[in-house]
Amino acid sequence: MQMIPIQALRPDETEVARVLQICNACRYCEGFCAVFPAMTRRLEFPKADLHYLANLCHNCGACLHACQYAPPHEFGVNVPQAMARVRAQTYVDFAWPAPLGALYRRNGLTLALALAGGLALFLLLAIANQGSLRQLQPGGDFYRVFPHGFLVALFLPVFAFAVVALAIGVTRFWRNVTPGAVAGAAAAEAAHDALRLKYLDGGHGEGCNETDDRFTLARRRCHHLTFYGFLLCFAATCVATLYHYAFGWHAPYEATSLPKLLGITGGIVLLIGSAGLMYLNLRRHPAHGDTAQQPMDRGFIALLLLAAGSGLLLMLGRNTSALALLLALHLGVVLALFVTLPYGKFAHAVYRCAALLKWAVERRQPNTLGVDED
Amino acid sequence: MVDVLVIGGGNAALCAALAAREAGASVLLLEAAPRDWRGGNSPHTRNLRCMHDAPQDVLVDAYPEEEYWQDLLNVTGGRTDEKLARLVIRESSTCRMWMRKHGVRFQPSLSGALHTARTNAFFLGGGKALVNAYYRSAEGLGARVRYQAPVERIELQDGHFKAAFVGNERIEARACVLAAGGFESNRQWLREAWGRNDAGEWPADNFLIRGTRFNTGTLLRFMLDAGADPVGDPTQAHMVAIDARAPLYDGGICTRIDSVTLGVVINRAAERFYDEGEEFWPKRYAIWGRLIAQQPGQIAWSIIDAKAIGRFMPPVFPGAKAATHEELARQLGLDEARFGATLRRYNAACRVGTFDHTRLDDCATQDLQPAKSHWARPIDTPPFYGYALRPGVTFTYLGLRVDETAAVRFGDQPSANLFVAGEMMAGNVLGKGYTAGVGMSIGTAFGRIAGSNAAAVALKAQH
Repeated sequence: MQMIPIQALRPDETEVARVLQICNACRYCEGFCAVFPAMTRRLEFPKADLHYLANLCHNCGACLHACQYAPPHEFGVNVPQAMARVRAQTYVDFAWPAPLGALYRRNGLTLALALAGGLALFLLLAIANQGSLRQLQPGGDFYRVFPHGFLVALFLPVFAFAVVALAIGVTRFWRNVTPGAVAGAAAAEAAHDALRLKYLDGGHGEGCNETDDRFTLARRRCHHLTFYGFLLCFAATCVATLYHYAFGWHAPYEATSLPKLLGITGGIVLLIGSAGLMYLNLRRHPAHGDTAQQPMDRGFIALLLLAAGSGLLLMLGRNTSALALLLALHLGVVLALFVTLPYGKFAHAVYRCAALLKWAVERRQPNTLGVDED
Repeated sequence: MVDVLVIGGGNAALCAALAAREAGASVLLLEAAPRDWRGGNSPHTRNLRCMHDAPQDVLVDAYPEEEYWQDLLNVTGGRTDEKLARLVIRESSTCRMWMRKHGVRFQPSLSGALHTARTNAFFLGGGKALVNAYYRSAEGLGARVRYQAPVERIELQDGHFKAAFVGNERIEARACVLAAGGFESNRQWLREAWGRNDAGEWPADNFLIRGTRFNTGTLLRFMLDAGADPVGDPTQAHMVAIDARAPLYDGGICTRIDSVTLGVVINRAAERFYDEGEEFWPKRYAIWGRLIAQQPGQIAWSIIDAKAIGRFMPPVFPGAKAATHEELARQLGLDEARFGATLRRYNAACRVGTFDHTRLDDCATQDLQPAKSHWARPIDTPPFYGYALRPGVTFTYLGLRVDETAAVRFGDQPSANLFVAGEMMAGNVLGKGYTAGVGMSIGTAFGRIAGSNAAAVALKAQH
């Protein structure tokens, strides 16, 4: 027989368990999102379940504003805040390699150092490669500043490492929540819920809370712009890679080429989305989520904003003497973004998708409780 | 001068303010509580009992007027006013469109409350979400809201409203709606109403209040003293059995203990005192508050064993848990010998057939007083659990008599410009007993009536 060890809860986890015991006796918020229906399938909340539910929470704020037990009530129920704190714990606990989990703790510093390092690296390399930052490159040919092979040799391992580190982390998380077999329908549902940000719709389609108890779709829309803008940029890189290796068509490409169109569109969309998210984050109700994580949230949004902005500037200034400078800035930002991908806010995407998948699987399983009341 | 002054800040007050504003009147709403505690008891509500003749969005099947009326007649034992009750019932079939317009969203019955899928429309996010939506809508429409503005008295002239006083500030209005709640959080009034029992106890001293601490009945008392026609009995209230560890105020829904039908309930003498399996819990939970109020010390304990776990709504606080009857008695501070004897007698009397908590099953006791008519199974599977219970008052029924205009009456003459809604008049429809969601139906119906009538009077007075 396999023994399931009962792990002691840390204070942030104990708080979620305490809050959920109150919520489970109330259940008024069941219609807002998946967290509460998932909660009602349980009577107790061991560690793995707390981490699952914390990552299922999208921090929309609806349950805080609707809560009859929210502060100043003596029960002091603040689900989004309690969940946010455990989410941060999830990222640390499941980080690979484990010592790097500490990077989440001081994430503002982590991102700042990564950015400074990325910028310094490319600026110095640019100077080393061509003697100065101000030199016109005919046709905006940036491979004359940084050779293609060099960029591949640098970015490919960084990106691959990010993928591996996040995959290992989320695999450990997944094993802990013992989801059972994943059916195609469950996977499709989880993908749908993630790609549409279903649980930022408030359960009524009018969105989530930002500054007060009013509902708005602003965050959902800005997140969509950010995510899909990011994907377009990524698609631009993928198409360009295909052009380079499969067809031997080398950058720079025409303004009307597919990589350029994807990149420009993606950059603009990402810029608008991340600027919107930053604006909303700065105006968020202070009781939403965990203010200690603001450096992580805002740092990540700032990197996305900088990546998009510097990419667009580079595109505009490619035929000027600022090419090398703009290129170094852009590549420095992108390097910082990718280096910190597994140890920053981006982690929420993989853990949340895993939690959504777990929920899609779980809700297809029979409920073992036979609770009924008035 | 403002057209319509609304005194109170819960569902009925908000419905009145919205209706008056929609009718074109200027509106000032005075909420006694600070903003964080606004809404009276409404943040603790969750649904509206709705008449409907066919399936409607979140409601299944039909719940026709006649069935609703019979349910109300049944729970009140006839202490209701048929004309007003039917008015509320009919309003409940149409008011949800209006509620939606003002931002209220509905959802099907919550898990654990599926038996109300036909009769009750649940507010998405519960009553506080509804209250938030109404305040947003009221302010959006230009109604003014003041918090921490408790009205202590009003100025009347021959039954005519002149002004209200917040402290020494005199606020005039052309018409006024009183919707300031019952007196459930006025300890002294409850004490007087319930009096002293034969054992010399003041039972009401041991009551917990499930709702707001701001319903002190100040305005209700003022109106009664001013000669407004009363309705109802001050000891009648919605009263349920709740966890004895619940906070004194605002414990709300989560402090209920729903394990009663699955075990036995004993008093301080470790004796059973009522048939725990008489009926389904939803049909009986509202009588257990009064039953416990009549026990010594106004306390009782729900005792269950491991077989019951997972079959009732999880309680907000963990229960006492023990491996033996004796140990449980010790933990609960009860006489071990008597506790053991009561459980042995009960266990021996159980005639277990086919246990089924979803119907009135054939598990009953034999030759036991009082009997347990259904779901009687021996309490023999450790661990054993015990939850201390106290009476929890939701709201009181003593109020002001009205007719279908919601006007306050003096010597059976209606006031021309003073109206009343919500708990302050719910006793007209609900003289006794309770059925889930009917309080919100009354508040919504009469809130809107009072608001529209007040606006009509005020606008006429303007010209």
